[in-house]
Amino acid sequence: MAEQMKVIYERPKSWANKVTHYCPGCTHGVAHRLIAELVDEMGLMDKTIGVWPVGCSVLGYDYFNFDSVEAAHGRAPAMATGIKVTNPDNFVFAYQGDGDLASIGMAEIVHAAARGWPITVIFINNGNYGMTGGQMAPTTLLGQKTTTSPLGRTPQTNGFPIRVAEMLAQLDGPAYIARVSLDSPVNIRKAKSAMRKAFNAQVRGIGFSLVECLSTCPTNWRLTPVESMERVRKEVMPYFPLGEFKVVEGVL
Amino acid sequence: MERVSIDEQRCKSCGLCISVCPVKILIISDRLNARGFRPAQCTDQDKCTSCGSCALVCPDVAIELYREVKA
Amino acid sequence: MSNKVLMKGAEALAEGAIQAGCRYYFGYPITPQNETPEYMSRRLPEVGGRFVQAESEVASINMVYGAACTGVRTMTSSSSPGISLMQEGISYISGSNVPCVVMNAMRGGPGLGNIAPAQGDYFQAVKGGGNGDYRRIVLAPSSIQEGVDLFVDAFELADKYRMVVMVIIDGLIGQMMEPVEFKTKVDVSTLKTPEWATVGRHGRDHANIITSLTLDAPGLEQWNLKLQAKYAQVELTESRIEEYQMDDADYAIIAYGTMARIAKTTVRIARAKGIKLGLLRPITVWPFPRKQIQAYVGKLKGTLTVELAYRQLFEDVQLTLCDKMPLGWYGRGGGIVPGPQEILTAFEEQFGKGR
Ligand SMILES: Cc1ncc(C[n+]2csc(CCOP(=O)(O)OP(=O)(O)O)c2C)c(N)n1
Ligand code: SF4
Ligand code: SF4
Ligand code: SF4
Ligand SMILES: [Mg+2]
Repeated sequence: MAEQMKVIYERPKSWANKVTHYCPGCTHGVAHRLIAELVDEMGLMDKTIGVWPVGCSVLGYDYFNFDSVEAAHGRAPAMATGIKVTNPDNFVFAYQGDGDLASIGMAEIVHAAARGWPITVIFINNGNYGMTGGQMAPTTLLGQKTTTSPLGRTPQTNGFPIRVAEMLAQLDGPAYIARVSLDSPVNIRKAKSAMRKAFNAQVRGIGFSLVECLSTCPTNWRLTPVESMERVRKEVMPYFPLGEFKVVEGVL
Repeated sequence: MERVSIDEQRCKSCGLCISVCPVKILIISDRLNARGFRPAQCTDQDKCTSCGSCALVCPDVAIELYREVKA
Repeated sequence: MSNKVLMKGAEALAEGAIQAGCRYYFGYPITPQNETPEYMSRRLPEVGGRFVQAESEVASINMVYGAACTGVRTMTSSSSPGISLMQEGISYISGSNVPCVVMNAMRGGPGLGNIAPAQGDYFQAVKGGGNGDYRRIVLAPSSIQEGVDLFVDAFELADKYRMVVMVIIDGLIGQMMEPVEFKTKVDVSTLKTPEWATVGRHGRDHANIITSLTLDAPGLEQWNLKLQAKYAQVELTESRIEEYQMDDADYAIIAYGTMARIAKTTVRIARAKGIKLGLLRPITVWPFPRKQIQAYVGKLKGTLTVELAYRQLFEDVQLTLCDKMPLGWYGRGGGIVPGPQEILTAFEEQFGKGR
């Protein structure tokens, strides 16, 4: 009997086969790959419109084979709303960093979630402003040193980190809200299944969905990629617990 | 035939795949790719269990995995 | 039988936009134009469109941006402070070459100012506001009927040039009632989705990407040159002016919008007194009707620019006429609207009895 090669893992079709500009080991790439895999698996490539943020993923649109637009800093949910309103049958997702979503764009994300209209947001929590050189973000942990909290974040001078997933889950609008982590194979598998539910919440017309991804920024954390993954487990997860914070009926 | 196929030009030498491989068959090679990174390489294709972990953590979609099956 | 209906300006203009094919409106309340979003919220669902009340003007303009990327006719409206918040979005929309219409019912400023009619946003509208080298077409109707008619042009121009088109009015035009006729009704089913629109590939052989980002400097310069070529074309072909009683005029008032409407009465009073006064009324304040105004060099003894602002329109008149004739100016701010006689007095103070 002849031997044949079975594919265990292949590059997704909606992935545009370019080398990304991300730093080595940056989990933006993992989140991107999961999006491409799901777009393929769910047959969404022809219907997808991605909305990209200002942040390290500003060039995200270059890496996929589906239609995309580039939003102003923090405004991706508003832009996605405008697209979804005119094209309700298309699949519209916004991809946002934590400075983008939880600082300058807080109003837009809260109201998109409150409206509850079926758009999907992939939210990258890497604890700092990666693109501008590692400044403090709304998600920076207490004690964490950044270029604008050089002695470590303190509540007195910098206030407290924001738990976006929990906060948005308080609203009646969202259909699905989860926090996942991209630190390990097992958690990346779980991240993908959460993202699948989030995509489904839109495809099935149920409502707004958001997946917060605990991510790394090895460059600005000044850690190796492997150490960065460990830091996510040891320091970030205790403050930002993983889980599903809102799952309305019909989301699967 | 290759079970673990690493596209050396995409690899950024981050080492994440190496850190998660349960059978420890991935290493950083001593070659340089066009971008100046030393790509990851598989030292023993036959030992690969096709667990998928390396491809799951690779941020650069550099790894593709295959397995022989009896036709 | 005439098809005229008596309507409030802010509502008539909303209907004008709908007749022009606008089906998607995004906005946030602000006086003096609340009747526009209110009307849209009632009417758009009746014609298969969507009204969305945004959480802010920042969100409104970015929703418009999103909708515009899908190639539909879309708009927002606001008043001065709200338009200020939209400047970033207007810059992005301009930088990514997508069309939309923005209406500004200008009110007194700076800051919160007041809700009375003003033209203090002229610079913001025609010169800048947002960052970068971009232009938008700015239409300045001086009556409700003209506004309704111009809305059709606004959407046509936006689509033709893939530009932001601004319609600037003020509270006076927004709040008064006039009989209007809707002469053009655009059948939206005939509007084709442009090939650049991000509406999903649906079999297209490439992905469409809409962005205002070009990281490499030579690439961005090329992009800017393309935009500049487009703006030059618009300047060449799209400037408009109304020339009122200009055939034998010795002097001209230069004014737009509400101010021009009042200045027409000034012209009539002046002519009754034997002063050969006319009115040059830019309908497009960008592109500024330079050529049309320059054609009067050698024929006029002077112009009086009149505006509800301090030397904003006047700056364009100066750039247009330089030292080719005496240039007078008169303006009021803070929402004060001068009457026709006040303008004539200003004219006589600056140009004698007009002989
Ligand atoms: C209006 C505006 N303010 C500030 C900036 C500068 N800026 C670019 S990216 C960025 C922060 C991005 O951080 P985040 O959203 O966390 O994304 P990351 O790079 O970490 O993925 C800032 C402040 C901008 N481009 N626009
Ligand atoms: S700066 Fe940080 S977030 Fe940005 S690409 Fe590099 S590692 Fe990733
Ligand atoms: S598939 Fe599993 S066993 Fe094979 S190389 Fe990758 S991590 Fe190692
Ligand atoms: S995870 Fe990918 S990029 Fe990183 S070393 Fe392995 S193959 Fe190279
Ligand atoms: Mg960040």
